[in-house]
This record gives sequence, C-alpha cells and structure tokens, in this order.
Amino acid sequence: MSDHLQPSTVQTAQKLGLLPEEFEKIKQILGRTPNFNEISIYSVMWSEHCSYKNSITWLKTLPRDGEHMLAKAGEENAGLVAIDDELACAFKIESHNHPSAIEPYQGAATGVGGINRDIFTMGARPIAQLNSLRFGNINAERTAFNERRSKGIGDYGNAFGVPTVGGEVFFDDSFNVNILVNAMSAGIVKQGKTVKAISYGEGNPVFIVGSATGKDGIHGATFASGDLHDDSHEDLPAVQVGDPFQEKLLLEATLEVIDSGAVIGMQDMGAAGIICSTSEMSAKGEHGMKINLDKVPTRQKGMEPWEILLSESQERMLVVVKKGMENVVQNIFDKWDLNCTQIGEVTKGERLHFYMNDTLIADVPAESLVLGGGAPVYKRDYKEHAYFAKNNSFNPDNVAMPDDLQKVAFHLSTHPNIAVKRWVHNQYDSMVGTVNMSTNNPSDAAIVNLKDSKKALALTVDCNSRYVYANPHIGCAIAVSEAARNIVCSGGIPSAVTNCLNFGNPYNPEVYWQFVNAIKGMAEACTKFGTPVTGGNVSLQPKQNRHRRSSRLSHTHHWHVRRCYKQAQHHVIKFQKCGRPYLPHRQFSKLHQFIAVPLLIPQHKKHICPRLQPNR
Amino acid sequence: MKFGVVVFPGSNCDDDMVYVLKEILKQDVVKLWHKEHTLQNCDFIVLPGGFSYGDYLRSGAIARFSPIMQEVIEFANKGGFVFGVCNGFQILCESHLLPGALLRNTDGKFSCKNVFVRAETDETILTSSLRIGKALKIPIAHGEGRFYADEKTMLNLRQNNQVIFRYCNSEGHIVDDANPNGSLENVAGICNEKRNVFGMMPHPERACDANLGNTDGLGVMKSILNYVEA
Repeated sequence: MSDHLQPSTVQTAQKLGLLPEEFEKIKQILGRTPNFNEISIYSVMWSEHCSYKNSITWLKTLPRDGEHMLAKAGEENAGLVAIDDELACAFKIESHNHPSAIEPYQGAATGVGGINRDIFTMGARPIAQLNSLRFGNINAERTAFNERRSKGIGDYGNAFGVPTVGGEVFFDDSFNVNILVNAMSAGIVKQGKTVKAISYGEGNPVFIVGSATGKDGIHGATFASGDLHDDSHEDLPAVQVGDPFQEKLLLEATLEVIDSGAVIGMQDMGAAGIICSTSEMSAKGEHGMKINLDKVPTRQKGMEPWEILLSESQERMLVVVKKGMENVVQNIFDKWDLNCTQIGEVTKGERLHFYMNDTLIADVPAESLVLGGGAPVYKRDYKEHAYFAKNNSFNPDNVAMPDDLQKVAFHLSTHPNIAVKRWVHNQYDSMVGTVNMSTNNPSDAAIVNLKDSKKALALTVDCNSRYVYANPHIGCAIAVSEAARNIVCSGGIPSAVTNCLNFGNPYNPEVYWQFVNAIKGMAEACTKFGTPVTGGNVSLQPKQNRHRRSSRLSHTHHWHVRRCYKQAQHHVIKFQKCGRPYLPHRQFSKLHQFIAVPLLIPQHKKHICPRLQPNR
Repeated sequence: MKFGVVVFPGSNCDDDMVYVLKEILKQDVVKLWHKEHTLQNCDFIVLPGGFSYGDYLRSGAIARFSPIMQEVIEFANKGGFVFGVCNGFQILCESHLLPGALLRNTDGKFSCKNVFVRAETDETILTSSLRIGKALKIPIAHGEGRFYADEKTMLNLRQNNQVIFRYCNSEGHIVDDANPNGSLENVAGICNEKRNVFGMMPHPERACDANLGNTDGLGVMKSILNYVEA
C-alpha cells in the first residue's frame, strides 16, 4: 500500500497546521484514522483561509441585509447587489499578502487573477479593478520588491483587459516585513443570469477547464511531503504562477458557456484547488462526487494524488454540466483552445470519492469540510492591547507647535504617502474598456460608466491603517466613513461594502482584540450608513507576531462602498482642489511619532460629507 | 463602409473599437475571429489593442502568423485599408506591412496616461479632417511603444511624409518632454508608402465617448468616414 493511503498520525496533522483536537474531530467524522490524502484535505479546508474558523463568529455580527442585496454575504463567490431593475453588480476584495511577500511579482499578479475569477465564475463580466497596497519604508532595501509587486499587478490586469480604476498605496515601517496586497474586482451581470457555485443532479458530468494542474501553490502539504518522499518537496514552488492570457481566454469561454445554458454550477479554483471547489459545490447542492484524479490534465508526470487535489494552479474552473450537453461545453472551450476534461460525475449522498487509477485514495463527507458545515468554529479570547491605554492618555493639545513650519511643510509635501502616486498607477491600464469616467474628471471615488444603462458605478477603497492601529473600533468606523464620503463627494450613493481584514495572529489575545474591535467599529458605521457588508476576505497571519515591530500597524481594512448614480449628476471635481484637510494630519502625527485619532463617528448620514461645508 | 475588427484571443480593445464604430459613428461593423480565413467583404480592417496571443515572446510576434493575418496581409498588399492601434500597430510592424519596430519603453515600464499628439499630414484617410500641428489629447497604454527604425528608414518616412502623428506638448510643440516612451523623433503613428496601412500607439477609440470627458480621438475616426464620403 502506498504511503499516502496508510493511517496518518497526529504529528503529521500538526505539521500540516491542524490542532490535535482537530485531528480527533476528523477521526470522529470519518469513524477511522484519516490517511495522508484525507489529512491534507482537512488541513487546507480547515485552514483559516478556507474556513474562517477564527473569524466567522465575529463576521456574522456585521450588517448583511440591505435593500439592494441580491445574494447574502458568503452565499456566493462574491457579493451581488442590484444596480437597477435589470443589472446587478458582483464585487469583492481579497488579500494575497503571503504569496506577494514570498514572490513579489507572481504573488501580486495571481492575486489579481484570483479575484477576477471570483467575479466571472458567477457569470459577471469584470469591468473595474481596484487595489490596496501597504508597503514598508520606501527607502528600505526591500523597496525594489514593491516595484515588482506593482508590476505584477499591472502586467496581469493590463493583459486581462479590465481597467484598474482606483486604489491606495501606503508606506510605513511596520510593513517592512509583512506587506499587504489586496485586490478588488467589480463585474456586471444581468439579474437572474448568475451562476451558482453548486452541484446537484446524480450522473451530471463534472469538468475541469482551463490551465493544466501543476505543482504550484501546494504550501500546506509541502511541509509534510518529506515524510512521504524525501526528495520530492524541493521542486514544489509555494507560490502560484499566473498567466493572464489564459485568464482572458477563460473569462471569454466561461461567459460563453454560461450563456449556452449547459451549466448547473461553477466555481473557480483558487485556494485549495480541486478539493475546495468539489467540496463547497457538493455541500451546497447536497450531493456527492466521484472524481478520477488521473483524468486531470497535469503539467508534469508523476504527480501525487494529494498534489493534484491541493494544487493552486491558476486559471482553472470546476464546472458541473447538464448531462447530454457535454458537447456544447467542449466546443466552446475548443474554440478558445482551453483544456476541458470530464474528471468525474455527481453522485447521490454527500460524500466525495477521489480515485487515482481506480484506487480510492480519499473518502470524505463534503459537508464536514466547509464553512457552515463541519469546519470548526472558534471564539478566541481577547484582551485590550497594552498600547491602548497609552494611546488613550494622549492629548493632542500637549503637542508643541513646531519651530520650523517650513520644514514641516516640506516634509509633508514630499512624503511618499502624500505625494502623487502616478509612478505606481500609471503602470496600470486604467482606460481599457472605455468606461473610466474619472480619467478626465477625477473625483474621490472611481466612476465607472455602464454603457447599457443610464447609471454608473462609484467605487473606492479606503482605510487609514494608523487610525485602525491607534483605536481599532473608531479607526475602523472612520475607514467606512471615509469611503462613504468619497462616494458621496463623487455623486454616488453608498450602497454596499466588501471588506478585507488583514490582522496578525488570532491566537494572540491582544491581536485578536484589535480584530474584534475593528469589526465592532465596522458594524457600527455600516449600520449607520445602511451599507451591508456583502462579503470579503480575512487574512490572519499566525506568524506575524514574531516581529513585534512589524505587527504594529498591520491591521488594515479596506472599504469599498459603491453604488450607482445617475450620470447627469456626477463629478464634484472642484472639491478635490480644496485638498484633503485630514490627510496632512495623518503624516503630521507621524512626524511627531504619535498617533492621533480624530473622534469622528458617523452620527447621521447628512454629516458624512464635511467637505461640502461652506468656505470651500 | 463596412468595418472589420480582428479579434485575437488576447485582444482586449476590440469591444471598445466596435463600440465607437457602431454606437457612436453608426457604421456597419463585424468582428473577424483570428482562426478565420475570410475578411467578410469588409472595406476597412482594424487591428485593435490588447495582447494578441499573450505576447510573452514579443508583442505581435505570433499574431503575424495567424490565419486571419494571412488574409489581412493579402488585403493590404492589394491596397485595402488596414489600421492598427497599439498592439495592432505592433502586429503590422511584425508583419512588415509597416516599417520599423516598437521596442520596450525607455523606462522599461508599462505606461497608461493621456498624452498629446499632433497630426503631421492631412494626406491620409486617417488624418484628412485633422488640422496639422494641433494638439490632440489621446491616451496611451503600452509597455512596448518606442518606435525605432534605422536611419535610412527614418529618412524615407520623412521624405514620403509617412509620419502621421508625433507626440507633442499641449501647445502642439514637438519636445522631448512630451515623448512618453523614447520613440525616435517623437513618432506616434506612421503609414506605409502606399498610404493604405496605418499604425499608431495612442488609442483614439478611448477618446471618443463624451461620457468620458474627452472626444479628441473622434476626429481621427471621423476622418476615415469623411474621406470616404468626399
């Protein structure tokens, strides 16, 4: 019997990132000791990234209902809101911090690819991208990597052909080690034409389409691979490699196949690859699947079954097709010169059976793997961070007036966080698609024309990381408020929010306190603005608290409030020339090595636009 | 006039071009798939921007060998009108329908921004309605847009009046600072000797929709129609 079919041990489970009690839980679920393939499956599906096990309890406290909502938070790959009676907007933001830290160019590039697939797998055509970047000190040695990251984002997005219409770049020493790369995409779809990430109908064929599966992105399992084959782990790159050309083909083919009516359900393969899409689709459709892993097109020979299951190779989709319509699907993917291979079928019951050359290599209940099903949910302890009392005792009135105001002015105007960032965003194609209304009439939010509608979208990403660090609750409420103001100043109506929560180690009570309070502030502000959180992404990095210095500011949220508005009313450009009163303040505080938080909490919607006050 | 917009798998400005021709200029437009061998009796062929076949090797290097390009080359050699924008320009140079080459931008970076160009001649179908020397605000979006040719070719281009656009400042002056990519002599667009094949790096189709606040590119597109009607 192969090594990977033998019962696994708790030591292996721990190496793969599972807790001993989680190993016990898996044994209970299966009624036996899992083999290596199965333990690999649980390790990725029960990771924070896939299961949100340490965050979901708090995420559920966010407001999730609103008058424009068409899909509940977490129900689909991305949030979905109505624009008018006909059109809907699918939008979401995601982090790609860890891959971008390891391999700046590919990590950032594949972040862009992943978020766009989340959008078009629903049947929506992406029409705008945004990004939010947090880099270390611009003068630090690693700054060259940041240029690679910007280039990675640009090269992928530019070739993919969706304009990058907005974003943020922020530099701070606290991001010297742990950078943040968050990418957002928004797409348009006709209401009622969306496709769900679901699988049902016994006997319906299951296809894998797009790129071939390689050994890229198998991080969890690489750790333990030495146990199995002493020399096999060395050739496993931990970061996925992106191919925007394949993504563009996949986009067109996917939308065409959805239009053909042959699709039952579809999900993109990002994190955790085949195992994630098969389990989530099956659990949602309350069916099972029989999958022959040897049928999956691979980039190299001799891939192990767990490698095929966990591979995060990019530009792939899992498609469940209506039986009898296989040829329709095949012809469309042939037209676009993409792989399209049947690898299995839908079965009764809710178990996933994975075969390799007729040998059953894993047998797991789909529901036990997923969020909302058997995946563990934890309520972590938290306690006020030690720095907070000190911050609270700070009184801005005690700050002396600087002696040399010219020096201060020079510092502020040349600071990379204030100075124009054209050197970054000129590398992004912001005009492809001919929908960007902000190019020639800039406003505080990006305005995206909907050619088939009388409306346009206003989109923005905002967060002041320093505020969130100083006071997670208020800082986070301010982030929501800033986004809302930017939308309003551009003539839009704040409608919905997607969030990306980047925090440190959830097992550290003080770090978790930051997360909890940020959620509270977000919930409070979103409730006041009537903007539900349609979904998003959480990035909790367990290793982050090893670097005390670097953990300081790495708690960032990104906000995207967006809503249609009528074209005739748009663009309040004049206000932009009035400057941003609070922006210098951010850096001024930095100059004096303290962090101040203006005590602004949205009391009423009509106050959200201070820039519209007289004297402008 | 019937327009044909070629669609390579990695084209991403094809829809933008079709939108301008069909919705704004109300022309008859068809898309021509790269695997096809027919131009569907079109009178005017457009090669749009994008990344034809991924362009990992060199922009346009593979597109030149595609089935549809064999037809386009034959059509152009017979005097048919062919217009390439951005990636389309690169493909026309790779196909030897236009002289010169488009190299990596001097700073090595992709650059997307509004720039100014001026028409250098009104003796082409593309510039017939434009005033020579007047600055037009038209966006660029490319990483490989630095026009290069050897001395003899540059001399020919000048002598035959084949340079149709040059980068300029907002006043219409041709200055180094207005050159966004290091192109020789600020060349932004050229035509062939017979004046039926045209290429330019800036995207006039991105400056045609009043909703976007800039219609300077419309003059270029309208020139084509005026020329036909005249």
